[in-house]
Amino acid sequence: MITRLLVANRGEIARRVFRSCRALGISPVAVYSDPDADTPFVAEADHAVRLPGATPAQTYLRAEAVIEAARAAGADAVHPGYGFLSENAGFARAVLEAGLTWVGPSPESIEAMGSKVEAKKRVAAEGVPVLTELDPATVTEDDLPVLIKASAGGGGRGMRVVRVLADLPEEVAAARREAESAFGDGTVFCEPLLEGARHVEVQVLADSHGTVWALGERECSIQRRHQKIVEETPSPAVTPQIRERLFTAAVAAARSISYFGAGTVEFLLSAKGTIHFLEVNTRLQVEHPVTECVYGVDLVRWQLAIAEGAALPEQPPTPNGHAIEVRLYAEDPAHDWRPQSGTLHRFVLSDVDAEFAVPSGYGLRLDSGVVDGTVVGVHYDPMLAKVIAWGPDRASAARRLAAALASARIHGVLTNRDLLVNVLRDKAFLAGDTDTGYLDRIGLDLLAQPLVRDVRPSALAAAIALAHAGRGRLPLGWRNVASQSQRRGFLLGEERIDVDYRFDRLGALVVPEGPQLVRASADEVVLELDGLRQSFAVSRHGEVVVVDSAQGSVSLGVVPRFPDPADKVAEGATVAPMPGTVVRVSVAEGAQVSAGEELLVLEAMKMEHRVVAAASGVLAQLVVRPGQQVEAGAVLAVVEPSEGSQS
Amino acid sequence: MTTLKSTVDTAADEHLANREAMLAKLTELDAEHAKALAGGGPKYVERHRKRGKLLARERIELVLDQDSPFLELSPLAAWGTDYQVGASIVIGIGVVEGVECLISASDPTVRGGASNPWTLRKTLRANDIAIANRLPVISLVESGGADLPSQSEIFIPGGRVFRDLTRLSAAGIPTVTAVFGNATAGGAYVPGMSDYVIMVKERSKVFLGGPPLVKMATGEEAEDEALGGADMHGRQSGLADYVAVDEVDALRLIRQVVSRLNWRKHGPAPAAEYAEPLFPAEDLLGLVPTDLRIPFDPREVIARIVDGSEFDEFKPRYGDSLVTGWARLHGYPIGILANARGVLFGQESQKATQFIQLANRADTPLLFLQNTTGYMVGTQYEQSGIIKHGSMMINAVANSRVPHLTVVMGASYGAGNYGMCGRAYDPRFLFTWPNAKSAVMGPAQLAGVLSIVARQAAVAKGQPYSEENDAAMRQMVETQIEAQSLAPFLSGRLYDDGIIDPRDTRTVLGLCLSAIHGAEVKGAEGFGVFRM
Repeated sequence: MITRLLVANRGEIARRVFRSCRALGISPVAVYSDPDADTPFVAEADHAVRLPGATPAQTYLRAEAVIEAARAAGADAVHPGYGFLSENAGFARAVLEAGLTWVGPSPESIEAMGSKVEAKKRVAAEGVPVLTELDPATVTEDDLPVLIKASAGGGGRGMRVVRVLADLPEEVAAARREAESAFGDGTVFCEPLLEGARHVEVQVLADSHGTVWALGERECSIQRRHQKIVEETPSPAVTPQIRERLFTAAVAAARSISYFGAGTVEFLLSAKGTIHFLEVNTRLQVEHPVTECVYGVDLVRWQLAIAEGAALPEQPPTPNGHAIEVRLYAEDPAHDWRPQSGTLHRFVLSDVDAEFAVPSGYGLRLDSGVVDGTVVGVHYDPMLAKVIAWGPDRASAARRLAAALASARIHGVLTNRDLLVNVLRDKAFLAGDTDTGYLDRIGLDLLAQPLVRDVRPSALAAAIALAHAGRGRLPLGWRNVASQSQRRGFLLGEERIDVDYRFDRLGALVVPEGPQLVRASADEVVLELDGLRQSFAVSRHGEVVVVDSAQGSVSLGVVPRFPDPADKVAEGATVAPMPGTVVRVSVAEGAQVSAGEELLVLEAMKMEHRVVAAASGVLAQLVVRPGQQVEAGAVLAVVEPSEGSQS
Repeated sequence: MTTLKSTVDTAADEHLANREAMLAKLTELDAEHAKALAGGGPKYVERHRKRGKLLARERIELVLDQDSPFLELSPLAAWGTDYQVGASIVIGIGVVEGVECLISASDPTVRGGASNPWTLRKTLRANDIAIANRLPVISLVESGGADLPSQSEIFIPGGRVFRDLTRLSAAGIPTVTAVFGNATAGGAYVPGMSDYVIMVKERSKVFLGGPPLVKMATGEEAEDEALGGADMHGRQSGLADYVAVDEVDALRLIRQVVSRLNWRKHGPAPAAEYAEPLFPAEDLLGLVPTDLRIPFDPREVIARIVDGSEFDEFKPRYGDSLVTGWARLHGYPIGILANARGVLFGQESQKATQFIQLANRADTPLLFLQNTTGYMVGTQYEQSGIIKHGSMMINAVANSRVPHLTVVMGASYGAGNYGMCGRAYDPRFLFTWPNAKSAVMGPAQLAGVLSIVARQAAVAKGQPYSEENDAAMRQMVETQIEAQSLAPFLSGRLYDDGIIDPRDTRTVLGLCLSAIHGAEVKGAEGFGVFRM
């Protein structure tokens, strides 16, 4: 029996495993990097062991340090979560060699599936349909479009689409770098890109006594940067016939490697209904909660039980209803999904029925790695939480999930929340029309639109609340001879919004034909607009004001009344578009550069971002050096435009 | 504590009629204020803006703390004169970085912001307020100097402006000046006399003599930047302590300076907690009868301006034509003297004298609510010593050292104006309701007196007396006196600090009380000899 379990992971998945530990009476142990020292999962563990450093390579990817931590904490088992070392056979072996219980499949199974190239050969031999593999060196025009994949990969890292042959070498090189950085293995391969296909995967659960369950399929077609953001079960595209084929193939694949524990067999489901094996993920999946809801199981509990040698019943449970999960990321969908960082001042979802567990009836589940005040850093995946709605049918689940997200109070960092709500309310989505090209097809112009279409009432509410926050004894902004309105400037992204307002002696708004002010305080403003009363909850976090209302949430930067001349950024200066690390400097100081030329490369969240010259000229100043950590908005380089080059 | 009750029937015809009349007066007042706001008119405002400059009131709005109140003083200065209403300068009290300051801003759209005799009077009044109440002074200067055609009325008395500035500084009251444009000749001494000076790059021009004058005086061909530009004053003469990149930056620098003054007020702090009045300020519009000969109960006013409508009346049964008592306003303790039935008799005078002495003992500021037709005349009253009694009250008012506030709610005639702390008795602030009137006596009475005197003179000389001429004379005098006793006329001559909407009375007084408490609040040690 396991008595003390070390979870070799962080954030929401660590908390998720802890939750099952608690249910079983197992004492949970955390490992944590320096930036994670004050995060919830560390506080929730019975014991926590520090992994000095910040980057994954210094911390969560250091197998020997993790095993040492398990020893130090007196743990007798290790759960790898997902990502990091979860599919590292060497780590699994080392855990076992250290005399600890490994919660996962055998190192041999992991190894067999660890190389995607090898895995495909193996399952193909069992009659499972696979896609042809292409050698990057021999890809021709006829093979296009192709997808480059990291052999050791997962989570979309090192994955790139190539549609023009000329781009291939550069993309392969970039994919290798990403794969090397993320998995320590730069091997990549190519596959034909199936357009219009869906990503459908089967959850398998197998014991060490030969029982293999196929616990339904999950559809995870809606992806950005090859990372899933919406996942559901059952798939709206899977008919009973297709399901049977999927299950058969999945069970065959699992059996081919004598798999035990929880695993996922991923397939592409073509528009014609054919299925193609992609890979086996030899671990728990991020999206496992939808399966848990619909099948009423605790997959982590089964993982632990199977690791302890338990046997599965003969028959899997029967499914009930429909569950949809969304991944809430700190990112800006409208700007190339740019990862965001900063302090998450507030994170509140109301009416959550269960956390890290299946609700007792249809309802809302939250698996979150963050709480109010958590700092979202630049070192790890920017996923904040997973929100899952389980309902009797797909439409009910989508409605519940959209409403929960829309009313969530998420302050401090920009998230993909509005995009997720737009997806969940989109006609095509509700019709089940969701292939992997979904986001491109519907378009971000539509999907990344903010929920709040008219921000002016929210901005007005913000101005009123700010005025009330500074209220003295006398009426706000009182004038015996009124010459003008008060003005408050806000920034909505790059857009400047000026709110002009004035109060009369009784505190009512003086805005001809404008909204009426019903009541106001520093944190709540009630306006009446066209006969409709609407409440706005206003929170100020430093120089940012967040206004939450039934319409949605608006985050406004408070424009200082007096710009400090010292803050002016020099003309021609290039600033960091996001926080990150300078990985490469491409041009030397004093060099002639042309507009659009790459100046340097910034790495953030394991993605490389090229920083280019905005204008042609001379690189007058290079402020940063490779390896340097930079904040968003920091000046990286200054280009002095050459004569006549400015448009 | 006694909580006042109200018997006002806001649905009564009389109340509604009073209210209508007051609202009409307020509409007229708005129209007069609009003239001040218009400054030099659209053409000059447009020209000013085209130069990328802010208007005087825009500068003030930006320098103030956001959403804080601002009390503009004497907006109707120069009303009824040959000069633009407002007298080409804006003054007022507002909060900058949490510090209540006296702010003045020249209006460059009115004849280049040049000072005329009314500008001077308004400026001197602002300085008096700053000195009396220890308010830091912020001057937003952009003025072509003296309005030369009227120099004879400005030049000699105008020296006081500079004297005041340095005396403020000597008294430890900070003076901060930002120059937005020209400050020539006399104007140059405003920054010269200030504790802190901010100039705007390429905009401020400060010199004793501009290039034309220098050319005339010495023949030198001077270039204006070198002669008095901000950069020169920042780097060479040292007259500028800060050089701002633009106007907004200059206002930012003023705020920065004020935030570092470590300013503290010398008066006691108000009570932290207090209740608003129980009755709506809106009712104040209908309280004052359109005919000022009809008295009204000032307790109805007091109930609408003091904290919790709580008023402890002093000597309620004695001299009941004058109401005296204690209250608090926005947490500040005050003593109130309010006319109840216009006329002041001997008892009222004695009661007032005692009350003023008590307030001085208790270091409590006094509020005078004027609606008086003066001290009673007639044989009986003369024989009972009304002159002694009136003098006693005027003596007490004149020598009282606690701060006084005066609001003229209705009539202010005769020596009643003096005894109830009219302008000549230096209340810290004096405000007028739009319907108020003030003169030595009522127009009809004054015309009647003139008629009687003229008739007696004619009789003495044995000349015939033309009734027709008498009627015409009386009509003319009445009209003239009436016109000269109206609020805008009085306000134009700076006999008050502004005409206010009665509904704003509590706010105005609260703001003034807060300003007053910048200085120590201390009663008189002694009074003049009281003739008993």
